Amino acid sequence: MIEAIDLDLIAAVQEGLPIASRPYALIAEQLNLDESEVIARLSKLKQQGLIKRLGVIVKHRRLGYCSNAMVVFDMPDTRVNEMGLQISQFHFINLCYQRPRHGDQWPYNLFCMIHGKSREKVLQQLNYLIEHCALENYAHDILFSRRCFKQRGALYFPRGSDFSHENRD
Amino acid sequence: MLTILHKQLLNDYQQDFPLSPTPYLDIANSLGITEEEVLVAFSALSEQDFISRIGPIIQPNQLGISTLVAMAIPEKHISEVAEVISQFPEVNHNYEREHHFNLWFVLIAHDQQHLTHVIKQIEKQTNFKTMQLPLLKDYFINLGFQLNLEPQEENFPINA
Repeated sequence: MIEAIDLDLIAAVQEGLPIASRPYALIAEQLNLDESEVIARLSKLKQQGLIKRLGVIVKHRRLGYCSNAMVVFDMPDTRVNEMGLQISQFHFINLCYQRPRHGDQWPYNLFCMIHGKSREKVLQQLNYLIEHCALENYAHDILFSRRCFKQRGALYFPRGSDFSHENRD
Repeated sequence: MLTILHKQLLNDYQQDFPLSPTPYLDIANSLGITEEEVLVAFSALSEQDFISRIGPIIQPNQLGISTLVAMAIPEKHISEVAEVISQFPEVNHNYEREHHFNLWFVLIAHDQQHLTHVIKQIEKQTNFKTMQLPLLKDYFINLGFQLNLEPQEENFPINA
């Protein structure tokens, strides 16, 4: 079970570390902890895998990666793990998840994301993926993004939410 | 304009930002420049909106619970529906996509009860149904986003 103090710490860093000489000391001050304890706790959370990575979170659209496609496949359940692991190895794949199907309206169970600088590039990469993983026989669909209405990191304790502190005591 | 230093900072510190008292100084030392230069460069990247932040990515469903949600909205209503949905603090990554299911967003909440509550609120306020697609398995280990910031064409190497 995660300690309350770790939840406070995640809440404090989730919107970004200060860009200043001693960022962890500034976080520590907010939480009334020692700088060394902040660093030790973050290291532990990362080692445990709760923090998947700690670092720079880029805005890919701003950096020219304007074309973003969610590619979905209908895979036999017996092969989905194997294919998921294989697909996630390609450098242009940014995410790869298994998700549930929803009957006829949504038969797809494997999702991956391809970010590229152009639509053509993304389609080229998808063709490469299909060819190299022998995915020709599985139904798939491509959902290019059109407008981005909101892009923000996952806030686990959103400000202004009545529920944000509910489970923390 | 992005300098070589900006590109290095964007690409090389997505995964393991130093967990030491002086992380920016550590980065400066490894690049052979001053801490001040690193701080100025990160501030510029942040101010010019090339990075959203330097922070943690939390493993999905370890803290609270999340789901991907899709909705099929008639074209003429999509902006207003998207706006209603974006108001919820539990929503992030709200995108329009080219498909019958044309509105896609991620919901994050502390527990299933709250998640269900938010979904009901969204359906009630928009008058459209949602399709929930929670994550069953994550195959991706390295979540960093490797940027090719050079103008030349990329090739297709597989990660070593």
